[in-house]
Amino acid sequence: MWLFDRDLWIEIFHTLGKNMFRTFLTMLGVIFAMIILILLLGSANGMSNGFDKVFAGTASNSLFVWGQSTSEPYKGFERGRRIRYKIEDAEILKREIPEIQVLAPRIELGSHRSVVTVYRNGQTSGSSVYGDYPEIDNITKKRLVEGRFLNNTDIEESKKVCVIGEETYKLLFDKGENAIGEDIRINGVFFSVVGIYKPNKNINIDGENAVFIPFTTFQKAFNSGDRMGWMAIAVEPNTKVAIVENQIKKILKSKYDIHPDDERAIGSFDMSEIFNNISSFTNVLKGFSFFVGIFTLLAGVIAISNILLITVKERTKEIGVRRALGATPRVVKRQIVVEAIVLTAFAGLIGFAISVGILAVLDSLWGSGEDFPFVKPMVSIPQFLVSFLLMVSLSLLIGLIPANKAIRVRPIEALREE
Amino acid sequence: MIEIKDLHKSYKMGSNSLHVLKGINFKAEAGELVAIMGSSGSGKSTLLNILGMLDVADSGAYTLDGVPIKDLSETKAAQYRNKFLGFVFQSFNLINYKSALENVALPLYYQKVGRKERQEKALSYLDKVGLKEWATHLPSELSGGQKQRVAIARAMAAEPKVLLADEPTGALDSTTSYEVMDLIQKINDEGNTILVVTHEEDIAHMCKRIVHLKDGVIVEDKKIEQVRAEQYV
Repeated sequence: MWLFDRDLWIEIFHTLGKNMFRTFLTMLGVIFAMIILILLLGSANGMSNGFDKVFAGTASNSLFVWGQSTSEPYKGFERGRRIRYKIEDAEILKREIPEIQVLAPRIELGSHRSVVTVYRNGQTSGSSVYGDYPEIDNITKKRLVEGRFLNNTDIEESKKVCVIGEETYKLLFDKGENAIGEDIRINGVFFSVVGIYKPNKNINIDGENAVFIPFTTFQKAFNSGDRMGWMAIAVEPNTKVAIVENQIKKILKSKYDIHPDDERAIGSFDMSEIFNNISSFTNVLKGFSFFVGIFTLLAGVIAISNILLITVKERTKEIGVRRALGATPRVVKRQIVVEAIVLTAFAGLIGFAISVGILAVLDSLWGSGEDFPFVKPMVSIPQFLVSFLLMVSLSLLIGLIPANKAIRVRPIEALREE
Repeated sequence: MIEIKDLHKSYKMGSNSLHVLKGINFKAEAGELVAIMGSSGSGKSTLLNILGMLDVADSGAYTLDGVPIKDLSETKAAQYRNKFLGFVFQSFNLINYKSALENVALPLYYQKVGRKERQEKALSYLDKVGLKEWATHLPSELSGGQKQRVAIARAMAAEPKVLLADEPTGALDSTTSYEVMDLIQKINDEGNTILVVTHEEDIAHMCKRIVHLKDGVIVEDKKIEQVRAEQYV
């Protein structure tokens, strides 16, 4: 097999090595092309990873359901009736729809997104106050800076504890002051702080300034009875959220005598739609990067072919001498093609090394940033292998152009004296 | 060794056709040293190119060492050139980025001779032309005469049946020319068949036979008393 012919490789590296400058110039195009390809792919990956980081802790296959006002009269009820859920609905839905993995009921003090004044030692904060179950943490993870989140014991014993947001902490406490174990007052009831969390700025369902207390404590402290404000629901991974959403609405509509065609009575938000949009965005970005990169690479390989074409012209005499000394057209052709492949592969590897270095620098500069979704901008091994193989096969095809030109050189013409 | 019969060759120059060789009959035995002479345009280079399988005749027969040279594919021609012929050119035609040794070893590479053997053989031929110490030098570091001696070593390395030299002294001063001719004579003394194209009388008289070409025909073909180049070196 000629591929393992040591002499061929010696001959090729010799030829390339003895013409360093030419070799380097030839490779530049492919080096840059490879850099562009890898940088684009790496950045797209980095962005995709960045989004993953932003949404880390948020269950992608989830939805939120809340009550609104009816827009159709039905069964003797007038339109404009406010829908208020009961805590038993949570049990009914869980029982009726097995695809529901987690269902976390929630109740809010006051109307939706309204603000309650929270007091502590003369300092105040206008916060949203929620009664929650610990399960909510499985759907939208709270990034705790200090302490812990609500747990089952809090629910069972209706403990007067609360988890507060960083914003609330800043308003109620002095900088650096210990908050864990301290009491804050909401509507005349004291709650002991057990945790402080940092809100996710990119995806925020609870508002900037929020206080969480156990659902059962909320019922007792604020006398909310069996009322329930809204539900956060996580659906099994392989089930479409929209299907579960329809089932839930159907059950609730019949329970609360809502017109089947009433679109407004039940509010809901499908989280998976956002994730699908983002993943299709990053996929398009990746596809686009690959597309642009491959064509840049093609241009680079064509540049190699072009320069080889020029060097073939320049080497006419050399090729003529080789032919006169007994080089068959096949041998000449093979040498030029292998030169093209070796140049491309080598240049590709250099470009790869440089671009990976650049990506590493970018990663260290912005990789851990909070605001810009750009984490671990790297290419995967399959991505690298695909682009590398593609590049080498391109160079093989395009190397045939100068190779064919070289064998068309007739030794007699090559050797003719100027 | 070489036999050609009624060889014709013409070149098309636009609408005109230039008849360069008009029926050449020529025969050379093994061990001969033949000078092919003629003014420019006489067809001597064309004849040498056809003999060297670098060009093909329009009509006529060519037999080399009993093998008819006819309708060769490029591949076959390359193989025959490698096996039968050694070339020496006026402008040396060494590959400029290869050392003297590598240049000499090149035809052996195309003969698929193993690397080690190739190096040894090339070195022994360099030794033969007196350039063993220059083995690692690039052509640009050699004088004209040295370059031509490397070229001769390269032509001889493949152990060809016939050595074809196209104006081997054309680019050299007379002292160096005689040195090169001395080398050619010595190679001939060992029994090698050599054809030298030249337009210089003194060079031609250092051969054993002179063939005069004029306007595409052989006008004279005579055996001569060889002048040894040694005495001028």
